[in-house]
Amino acid sequence: MADVDVRLVDVTKRFGDQVAVDGITLDVTDGEFFTLLGPSGCGKTTTLRMIGGFEQPSSGTIELQGRDVTNLPPYERDVNTVFQSYALFPHLSIFENVAFGLRRKHVKGDEVKQRVGEALELVQLVGYEARKPGQLSGGQAQRVALARALVNRPAVLLLDEPLGALDLKLRKQMGIELKRIQREVGITFVYVTHDQEEAMTMSDRIAVMNKGRYEQLAGPETLYERPATRFVAGFVGASNLLEGRVGSDGDMWTVTLPSGAVVRAPKSLGDIGSAGAIGVRPEKLALLEPGQESRGNRLDGVVVDTSYLGVITQYVVEGDGGLRLLVSEQNVDRTTRSDTWRPGERVALTWKPDHGFVVGDSAKA
Amino acid sequence: MRVVQRVANFLASHLLAVYAAVALLYLLAPIAAVTLFSFNDPVGRSNYAWSSFTFDNWLSLFRDPTLVQAVGTSLRIALISTTIATILGTLMALALVRYQFRLRKSIDLFIFLPLATPEIVLGASLLTLFVTLRIPLGDLTLILAHVMFNVSYVVVTLKARLAGFDMRLEEAAADLGANPLQTFWRITFPLILPGIAAGALLAFGLSLDDFVITRFNAGQTQTFPVYVYLKVQKGIPPQVNAFATLFFFATVTLVAAAALLQRRRANLSK
Ligand SMILES: Nc1ncnc2c1ncn2[C@@H]1O[C@H](COP(=O)(O)OP(=O)(O)OP(=O)(O)O)[C@@H](O)[C@H]1O
Ligand SMILES: [Mg+2]
Repeated sequence: MADVDVRLVDVTKRFGDQVAVDGITLDVTDGEFFTLLGPSGCGKTTTLRMIGGFEQPSSGTIELQGRDVTNLPPYERDVNTVFQSYALFPHLSIFENVAFGLRRKHVKGDEVKQRVGEALELVQLVGYEARKPGQLSGGQAQRVALARALVNRPAVLLLDEPLGALDLKLRKQMGIELKRIQREVGITFVYVTHDQEEAMTMSDRIAVMNKGRYEQLAGPETLYERPATRFVAGFVGASNLLEGRVGSDGDMWTVTLPSGAVVRAPKSLGDIGSAGAIGVRPEKLALLEPGQESRGNRLDGVVVDTSYLGVITQYVVEGDGGLRLLVSEQNVDRTTRSDTWRPGERVALTWKPDHGFVVGDSAKA
Repeated sequence: MRVVQRVANFLASHLLAVYAAVALLYLLAPIAAVTLFSFNDPVGRSNYAWSSFTFDNWLSLFRDPTLVQAVGTSLRIALISTTIATILGTLMALALVRYQFRLRKSIDLFIFLPLATPEIVLGASLLTLFVTLRIPLGDLTLILAHVMFNVSYVVVTLKARLAGFDMRLEEAAADLGANPLQTFWRITFPLILPGIAAGALLAFGLSLDDFVITRFNAGQTQTFPVYVYLKVQKGIPPQVNAFATLFFFATVTLVAAAALLQRRRANLSK
């Protein structure tokens, strides 16, 4: 139903011999909060700059609302960008900064005034019109950059780590604000970040990028519950990957660990290929006394480290065969430090097979 | 003994101030002398010995038509060559900082040559060139010569300014729908204007002041420095001091105004 706002078809960008973006194909739908997430240097900014028109793809096409814009300059594309460094014009007042795009479109004076007013209201900066960018705090400058882009009512708003320069607290606050504004104005957001928490809290869908391509494109929940590759499992949240000999047993994948223990995961979770692995998130693991009865997957080991983190306690358990597993347990039954498992204690780890996930062969690199 | 001690103490604690005062005195003394002697009523033809105070030289500033004409020529040449050099130099600096192209490094070097070559060599070479090309010496050759060395000063001054220019501002302007021309006039130009002004000011001063290159290529045209030079033998009229004083204070006023403007801009964009 929803229209496609941004479409990349096999887009590649090379800088000399270096491939910055390697054949990306994706659709962003109308009104979506879409995020490109990945580590430094994976090609997020380059992808965004190609959508904005600041960089020409080496090959492939870019469409905005069904129109091929691959060869159009930035000023002829109906997108606006919030730059990581904000790039506010230092010699213009906040009002003129925000009005800049409207003036280029020859919007009439009264309407400029009204729309700039509305935009500043949206980012809660009414009363700052006459100031210069040099007289703003980082958070305020960020909001002006947002207002300056939004005031043009673009089809798509591109944001390159807009919260990167802010401190943690302000970043969280502005993140919530951004999401609110996005819902309010209903513009498609293409958002770039390397912060997985930021991506998870704000996005409708996330493309997790690695080395110029994305390894998985899905909603936050799927990314967390069903990461498709080792890279995604490691980049989005913490996880334990159980590597070993891959096999099949009815509707279950099996992995035989070096210790001889066998863990299982339903085939419905995905294709394990010939060299995949079964994974499980730390909070899905339960710790038991060694003798206790358990169902599903089970591994034995020794607690080697515990850290009490308030809401949870985090354990590092060394399984038989030297495998290290991260376990987090909510501090509900155990409310004091003396109740928690202690280093050196033998424990059993258990989890239901369908609480795990399966990563395939791809992107072993 | 105690006095010596006290003087030594004073010097030790005010060393920087004393040093600065001495340096300033050294720099300003000649100018002060020029200014002072513009109020002298010289005995005989040479204006080197103080005799008595008078406003006559200032009141008869325009008495010698040759002098007035020389000043006019100097200002005209300076104005025209500065304008041309500033436009050319700005465009060159933009190209050199912005774009990668073949021979960029060599051009960078060529820009420095006029600054490093002795003026007398430049003046003589230019004369050879003009004579070979059969260009009659006069206003035209003077302007060409002045533009040549002024371009270098403008480029060097402006390149420093442009190196610190945030290119993302231009991308932001393009992003907001400004075409390259609009981006230049609304964003780039206002932001590099202080650099352009500094370059132009420098060029104007150098053009006004130039003697060696001018002397070679002026033909019959007489500029202010050439006039002064030709008068040395017969005695420099005190009106020259008055004009020199005028130039000096006009320049100081201009520079001060430019500095104030810069400071205001810097304050705003902090
Ligand atoms: N103009 C350029 N010239 C040469 N190489 C470039 C250029 N721009 C980017 N690259 C290279 O392309 C790769 C991808 O860069 P990009 O800026 O897209 O990464 P990113 O994912 O945004 O990283 P970060 O999170 O650090 O901003 C990097 O290896 C980078 O060195
Ligand atoms: Mg980046």
